Amino acid sequence: MNHKIQAYLNTYTDAAPLAFYRLAFGLMMFFSILRFAYNGWISKFYIDPIFHFTYYGFGWVKPIGVYTYLLFIICGISALMVAFGYKYRLGILLFFLSFTYIELMDKTTYLNHYYFISIVSFVLLFLPANVLFSVDAKQNKVDRSQVVPRYTIDILKVLLAIVYIYAGVAKLNSDWLFHAMPLKIWLPSKASLPIIGHLLGYDWVAYAFSWFGAIYDLGIVFLLLYKPTRLFGFILVVIFHVMTRILFPIGIFPFVMIISTLLFFSPQFHRKALQLFSKIFRIDRVISESPTPKTVASQSNPTRTSPKLVPILLGVFLMIQLVFPFRYLLYPGELFWTEEGYRFSWRVMLMEKAGYTEFTVSDKATGQFKVVDNTEFLTKFQIKQMSFQPDFILEYAHFLHEYYQKQGMTDPEVKVNCHVALNGRLSQKYIDPNVNLAKQYESFKHKTWILPFNDTIKGF
Amino acid sequence: MKHSLFLIAIVLVCFGCSSDNGNSKEQNTADYDTQAMLTSWADNLIIPAFSDYQEKTEALNTEASAFVANPTQTTLSELRNAWLAAYKTYQHVGIYDLGKATELHLLETANIYPTNATTIDANIASGDYNLGAQTQFASQGFPALDYLLYGLASTDEDILAFYTTHNNAANYKVYITDLTSKLNSIAEAIVADWEGTYRDSFISNSNAVTGSVNQTANNFVKNLEKDVRAPKVGIPAGVFSDGTLFTDKVEAFYKNDISKDLLIEAITASRDFFQGKTYGTNTSGPGLKAFLDAVDAEASGTSLSSIIVDQYAEILTTTSALDNSFSEQITTDNSKMLDTYDAIQQNVVYLKVDMISALGLTIDYVDGDGD
Repeated sequence: MNHKIQAYLNTYTDAAPLAFYRLAFGLMMFFSILRFAYNGWISKFYIDPIFHFTYYGFGWVKPIGVYTYLLFIICGISALMVAFGYKYRLGILLFFLSFTYIELMDKTTYLNHYYFISIVSFVLLFLPANVLFSVDAKQNKVDRSQVVPRYTIDILKVLLAIVYIYAGVAKLNSDWLFHAMPLKIWLPSKASLPIIGHLLGYDWVAYAFSWFGAIYDLGIVFLLLYKPTRLFGFILVVIFHVMTRILFPIGIFPFVMIISTLLFFSPQFHRKALQLFSKIFRIDRVISESPTPKTVASQSNPTRTSPKLVPILLGVFLMIQLVFPFRYLLYPGELFWTEEGYRFSWRVMLMEKAGYTEFTVSDKATGQFKVVDNTEFLTKFQIKQMSFQPDFILEYAHFLHEYYQKQGMTDPEVKVNCHVALNGRLSQKYIDPNVNLAKQYESFKHKTWILPFNDTIKGF
Repeated sequence: MKHSLFLIAIVLVCFGCSSDNGNSKEQNTADYDTQAMLTSWADNLIIPAFSDYQEKTEALNTEASAFVANPTQTTLSELRNAWLAAYKTYQHVGIYDLGKATELHLLETANIYPTNATTIDANIASGDYNLGAQTQFASQGFPALDYLLYGLASTDEDILAFYTTHNNAANYKVYITDLTSKLNSIAEAIVADWEGTYRDSFISNSNAVTGSVNQTANNFVKNLEKDVRAPKVGIPAGVFSDGTLFTDKVEAFYKNDISKDLLIEAITASRDFFQGKTYGTNTSGPGLKAFLDAVDAEASGTSLSSIIVDQYAEILTTTSALDNSFSEQITTDNSKMLDTYDAIQQNVVYLKVDMISALGLTIDYVDGDGD
């Protein structure tokens, strides 16, 4: 067993796919940062709001005023450094840190896809993605190489496989498969789209999309792994992600996934792509033919094994990735309802959830009483997200507690009147209205003040 | 290989819908013509309501002129009648806080209450004021007229004296006509805008976030939540003040016995808008109710639209149990006010949470993946 692992870790393969991925990933990230800035989201999400929702344990990560722009500039520049393989290690480190910091600043903007990017950039930090077709290699800053350890490419494929398969497994629930929820709600609202629009109102279309989506997510990795079905699989990838791009506001994610699945293609493909790239941009760096079996063998010399620490670290990281999404099993209650263990688990497009929250703050000493106008403290987007996620509600309640204490109230009691509708069910009361949220504290423990969900969703 | 995979996919998909969706209506439910809905909103609801409001405010203005020219018990009564008629009609247009109405602060200048009697007195005493200023929002509109027509003294005779024998009678007369002519001129500007270019731009604005459907639906919900539920019922009944009651914060406090009528008018207006009812008739056209039915919105076997319509009926039932004077009601039996508040609140939740989400309306464009 140990021997096999050792042998696997010492297997080398063509470095082209990794170099190609580095280039494509860097460029995509650069353009996604540009898009973020172009949409005015830097100020809208991070600078304008007076209050930010933070991740448990990361409360210290806050926007830094006008310097937040600098953070984005660093993030954009480091993405380019990654793309061109210029001071790659530094570039990817800066990118990972700045990007992750940006994501941690406010969980209102949480997206599975951004989490994916953080994970990938963390892994890329340990991969020799700059040994080929990079400024570093050209300047002899690193040992040029036509080959890299095989696991350095495989790990990216595994990460991709986790995203797809976990997302597929998450779709195996009664709402998705047997009620076509939430697509039955979302699709009809796109009825104004040309050509396909008028189809989107049919019930059967929502079912077809749901089932196809689940089967696609579960099966696509296998189609891509198997050479005879690879091209077909990739065509499906393109169709699927282009469709989701048209139907839903999911930003750059479709492109990230389309480009990432190219990792499954042969090194020859990546060589050609890199050659084409050299030609177009007149880069004289020669991308020679694929390494011969001989060069691969010479690299496989046990004396050139990569540092042991890296594979161990990546192995542990992968184990965490495999187990972490299942932490919801440790919580009682319906996952979709309580959302305990929902984030960071590749649950994508699964819920249409909306809520109404009205907070009341009362002064224990005088009995003075105030209904909070949420728009005074939060943006529309924050109000929307806060209204159906318990950890948001709790964090905001504590903010209100402090705010009104400063206004002169004695130990204000914060209670909430909250109604939530999930996947087409009629809204019901969400939070125990008698609980003083100022006296409840965030932890990994189950939140007992969430009222029970009066329905069952079967499945994963 | 490729073909067989595709076939498997198709078979699975068909299995998916046929086995679990045996009794579903195989009709296209969402070919809902939002363009037609917007057209109907503009032509059958909004423009007729504003036109009526314009006529009523014009009549109000005319009666005000007649009154100041000759302040008698008769002209006072006629002015009061015109005020009530216009005030009731206002309840129907308050939903449409769009375009010119927003620009000219229709809501803030027509119906902020309780009115600021101190400012009004000061304005009249000095004769120097600018009703366009934000600080003057609470000293104009229907609540200010309520004060000037009913609140200056306890008997009509004494009220008339302010416009006849009072030192400052001239200023009182000017102030009253300033208020009525402002109400009228804003109404005229709004109608002119709708009848001009605004109608077409309203109908053709289909943007997902800032579009007319989204904006109007959100305004409609906001109207019920912030302009009906809170000020007409919640605030006087102490909902927002830990039970401290405010008899003087009811709508039309000085006249005092019409708060209920105005509430009924506002609830009816809200319900009629939901149902897409042509203004002043019983004919229903396209609207949010039909839209909800078109997307098959239902909860535990009942259509969401009928749940909402039933809740409107429930609100009207609890409202009908109220005293004509809400000041009276909250002192004698506030629980009835709270019942009404709860009934309205329930529909706010149905509309704001269930309806908005069922219609796939957005409040803000942001990347999201449904979690």
